[in-house]
Amino acid sequence: MPWFKRQPVTLDASGEKNVRTEGLWVKCEQCRQIIWKKDLDENMSVCPKCGKHFRIDARTRLAQLLDDNQYETFDTNLSSTDPLSFVDLKAYRNRLQAAQRDTQLKDAIINAYGKLDGRPVIISAMEYAFIGGSMGAVVGEVITRAIERAHDARTPLIIVSASGGARMMEGVISLMQLAKISAALARLDGAKVPYISVLTDPTTGGVTASFAMLGDLNIAEPGALIGFAGPRVIEQTIRQKLPPGFQRAEFLLEHGFLDAVVPRKELKAYISRALAFMIP
Amino acid sequence: MKKRSRDNPRKNLTEAGEPGVGIRPHAEMLTQIDTSSDQREALSGKNSAKMESGSKTQQELDKIEQQITHLQSLGGQTTEAQREMAELGARVKELRRDVSAHLNAWERTELARHPQRPYTLDYIDRIFTDWSEIHGDRSFGDDPAIVCGMARFHGEEVLVVGNQKARDTKQKVYRNFGYANPEGYRKAMRVMQIAEKFKRPIFTFVDTPGAYPGLGAEERGQAEAIAYNLREMARLRVPIITTITGEGGSGGALAIAIANRVLMMENAIYSVISPEGCASIMWRDATKKDLAAQAMKITSKDLSEMKIVDEIIAEPAGGAHNDHAEAAALVDGVLQRELAELKKMSAEQLVDSRYQKFRTMAQFYQE
Repeated sequence: MPWFKRQPVTLDASGEKNVRTEGLWVKCEQCRQIIWKKDLDENMSVCPKCGKHFRIDARTRLAQLLDDNQYETFDTNLSSTDPLSFVDLKAYRNRLQAAQRDTQLKDAIINAYGKLDGRPVIISAMEYAFIGGSMGAVVGEVITRAIERAHDARTPLIIVSASGGARMMEGVISLMQLAKISAALARLDGAKVPYISVLTDPTTGGVTASFAMLGDLNIAEPGALIGFAGPRVIEQTIRQKLPPGFQRAEFLLEHGFLDAVVPRKELKAYISRALAFMIP
Repeated sequence: MKKRSRDNPRKNLTEAGEPGVGIRPHAEMLTQIDTSSDQREALSGKNSAKMESGSKTQQELDKIEQQITHLQSLGGQTTEAQREMAELGARVKELRRDVSAHLNAWERTELARHPQRPYTLDYIDRIFTDWSEIHGDRSFGDDPAIVCGMARFHGEEVLVVGNQKARDTKQKVYRNFGYANPEGYRKAMRVMQIAEKFKRPIFTFVDTPGAYPGLGAEERGQAEAIAYNLREMARLRVPIITTITGEGGSGGALAIAIANRVLMMENAIYSVISPEGCASIMWRDATKKDLAAQAMKITSKDLSEMKIVDEIIAEPAGGAHNDHAEAAALVDGVLQRELAELKKMSAEQLVDSRYQKFRTMAQFYQE
């Protein structure tokens, strides 16, 4: 028999819990600073202390780049037919539905027509929150249509990448999107219509190995992970730790594969400047 | 999965295949090798990890065939027995064709990676003459994982570009196991532009596990090298014919495969990621590679149905590794026919039709 018995204590914490703090504060992954969410939003989702660029969704991106947040979207109704009826641990069909519900998009891409500093542009912005921004038949087709529109209307094209690469659940169909988009870009290039590729965190795999690296200018946000193979795959292949900063935007700049690394706050001005150079 | 001890037909095969065993058991056990799906699972499922290469069933059929020949050579048998053995021989042939037709995606992956499978230089040796290799990308180095060169195809000057694998360890290291680096893709593009300049058709042969995922490759712009090839190949003004001979490993394969005609060997595979890679990401377990191979639809039949490849090139019975000369002859025949057709087209038509081909490919979406 125990000597004493612990009395169950019921804590009354209702008073404290009524203060809602959830979602009001964000911790910066890089400098561990606690940031007031509103401050972060006002700073274009860039950490005010260390300058870390948080990932932003496609709509926020369009709002940041296009004048007065005014734009017209197109090719919004395309959705995947799950051509392989792909099932791994979960059915692809279910993954698609969940992503569509969460992002209110049909797939990982928005095509928009708007004005950037008064100049008409077409922007194709990828949505990382939709299955890792991965590219299947829909993303490939939507981007190709943006390119064709830009070609036909001779309107400058901007593609903002944020993607893990080709979408495995659509197998080789995803791979063929690389070919399709690159071929369309060859035409755009031939017609001398400007194309600016903006690489944001992260841009890897088949997206980097196609349109993201084919801009007249390839520019990236600071700290963005950009590469062909993922860091883990490389580590497994070469069996050693990767150097710090490997595959970050600054690393690519140093090796000559980016034309500029531009902070988010200056991105619109930089593109505007570039378009002025490219358009008579 | 069936219990191996009782149901595995392979075990029966081995026992029954011992010399001196009567003819009846052959007949009984042969009827067991049907190619229904669960049987195939028993053959390929859990044991697939142990399978070094090709299909074990094929090897067993080889053995049986040898033993039938052996038994026939012994002589002194009744006409009845002789007749039955001849029947069995025919049945083995039939089964071999049947097994080939019903190999699952993982079994085909193993055939596509078979160490005795003909590689690009083997095809060049047998299909082309006057091969003169061209090296180097003129900015960093030469990549032995991709071979390029001038050659003659039935007397006509052509350019050949292909991934190159190797068989012995030293050569494998030299060829980097068929994984190309950026300089390989840049070399390929450089020589393809020479072919364009002098209006020579281009043949490419694809057989790579993928573009090399290494530190140096990233530093030297693997992604940029591939992307550049995709765009520039799309607008080359000469006929391009690609043959996927073994592994079509993702972007590393596509970077030399933007062609007017994309042909695929019967047992080749073409995919966005290796079955192992897909399994370790989607199933979080690399041993689920056979499931991944099946799910991704990577065989020539799947790709032909999806109209991603134009034509399947048949292989010698049991796979191209069984007979390099016949495999090359089969490829040769198709290449001749396709080139003759493409030569009728003007440069503009070639570029336009290549564009349309990839533009309308793989449109699996609804509006």
